[in-house]
Amino acid sequence: MDKPAKKKGGSRLERNDRLVRLALLVVAFSAVSVLLVITVFIVGQGMPIMFRYGLKSFLAGSSWYPSEKLFGLWPMIVGSLAVTAGALVIGVPLGLSCAVVLTEFSSKRVRGIIKPIVELLAGIPSVVYGFIGVIILVPFIRNTFGGPGLSVLAAAIILGVMILPTIISISVDSLQAVPPSYREGSIALGATRWQTVKMVLFPAARSGIIASIILGMGRAVGETMATIMVAGNAAEVPRSLLAPVRTLTSNVALEMSYATGEHREALFATGVVLFVIIMILNTIANATSAKRRKQP
Amino acid sequence: MKRRRSALCFLALGVAFFAACRGDRSETDLTLAGSTSIQPFADRWAEIFMARHPDLGVDVQGGGSSAGIQACKSGACQVGMSSRELKGDEKDLYEIVVARDGLAIIVHPSNPVRGLKVAEVKQIFAGDLTRWGDLGGPDKPITVVTREEGSGTRGAFQELVMGKTRIFRGAITEDSNGTVREIVTHDPAAIGFISLGLVNDQVRALALDGAAATDENIGNGSYKLVRPFLFVSRGEPTGLAKAFIEFILSDEGQALVKEEGLLPVR
Repeated sequence: MDKPAKKKGGSRLERNDRLVRLALLVVAFSAVSVLLVITVFIVGQGMPIMFRYGLKSFLAGSSWYPSEKLFGLWPMIVGSLAVTAGALVIGVPLGLSCAVVLTEFSSKRVRGIIKPIVELLAGIPSVVYGFIGVIILVPFIRNTFGGPGLSVLAAAIILGVMILPTIISISVDSLQAVPPSYREGSIALGATRWQTVKMVLFPAARSGIIASIILGMGRAVGETMATIMVAGNAAEVPRSLLAPVRTLTSNVALEMSYATGEHREALFATGVVLFVIIMILNTIANATSAKRRKQP
Repeated sequence: MKRRRSALCFLALGVAFFAACRGDRSETDLTLAGSTSIQPFADRWAEIFMARHPDLGVDVQGGGSSAGIQACKSGACQVGMSSRELKGDEKDLYEIVVARDGLAIIVHPSNPVRGLKVAEVKQIFAGDLTRWGDLGGPDKPITVVTREEGSGTRGAFQELVMGKTRIFRGAITEDSNGTVREIVTHDPAAIGFISLGLVNDQVRALALDGAAATDENIGNGSYKLVRPFLFVSRGEPTGLAKAFIEFILSDEGQALVKEEGLLPVR
């Protein structure tokens, strides 16, 4: 291989080819190594304190008073899950209906208008969502339902809207990937269009739709700025939809600026918990989309 | 506790090391360390002071009040900065109040409650008093807004009002004076605490134990929620430290205090 490489133009191309391949490999690995560095760093900073105080008191303790060495993350874990579940309750039905309308019940022209707008929704910075939440949504909740307004409900609604683009665009793709013969067969058997959607398209596109929901879930769990602005951040397990709530991400972002010593370590430990949750969600998402590829 | 002390020693050692590296430049170099609440102001003072005396250096470090006091005691820095009163064996340090920071308890302007007792404020933030109705206001649940753990303002509030009692878990938590004020501005049932200098006409600062939150009442000591910004040193400051402190206490230094929303000491 090496010998002809030094002789002619064609082999120089070959050599360039190899160089480019090597360079790209390095680039690819640098991306992976960033993940590695982050993992090692967070785990290295966050794990020791978890074991020092006991995993149980960390994960199940309900008091977060770092100045008194009380590092219970339970309210934040519940908070993250509650807010995410709320976001899915709002985002999934809306997103799926929108995806069905876009693929099955709208003309090409309407689709051409709505789809780019939905994608634009994904580009709005989260602080803008948070701002709109604080200015419009929070006072609305306070005046209509009572309570402080900064609440699980407010966070769920904002996050529900924020995950719409993810759910819609992936669901649209997987609905469009269903072979036309399925639709034609169903219609030919006398099914209405709605029956076709319900009984043929949804089952056929199931794994894609599930993947879209899980990716949306990941976004909701990880969102920080908008949540801090509208959730109220009380470190207590919320007793109602109208109570303020603190998520794992908010906990880190809120207290990072002045935290020192063990307080800082405890925030890294919060990051570890978050990291594990995100990893679990991603693994599930990968597993379902792998299943989709295997389907005929 | 033990760990904390060793951490302090470590920090003091670190500061000492840096000071040692500089050798005998103590005549032209001043190191301050301590409260992160004072740090931004000290930075401003140092900036202006050094602009006037280009041959002199003033180095401002953070670390927190306790670490600053400790570093000063051990001689690691010439001047320690503390945003709380000295206690116990810290008291044999020489202290100078360079500014004061008032803490205002704020509510929505439409709230008919004009004043509270400090004990009532404590009960509210402990989660024991939950309705404005019990305090002569409308019968609405109180929205309690506090600052995040680690914040200096929260620390001062904890010390001046709460003592050993905890701020209850269900309190809404925000990470700046500005957001606390923003929430109180819009929620008629909210109560929060911010630096007195940041109170504007969209919120009302409550009178405490009958004393309105005015500069005058702070001056005569009837308004209690005040924390001093202290500079401490071993013995009376001399040389550069003395010159710097004199600059801060001068009309110009104190004008800056006022500009930044703090209360001047003179």
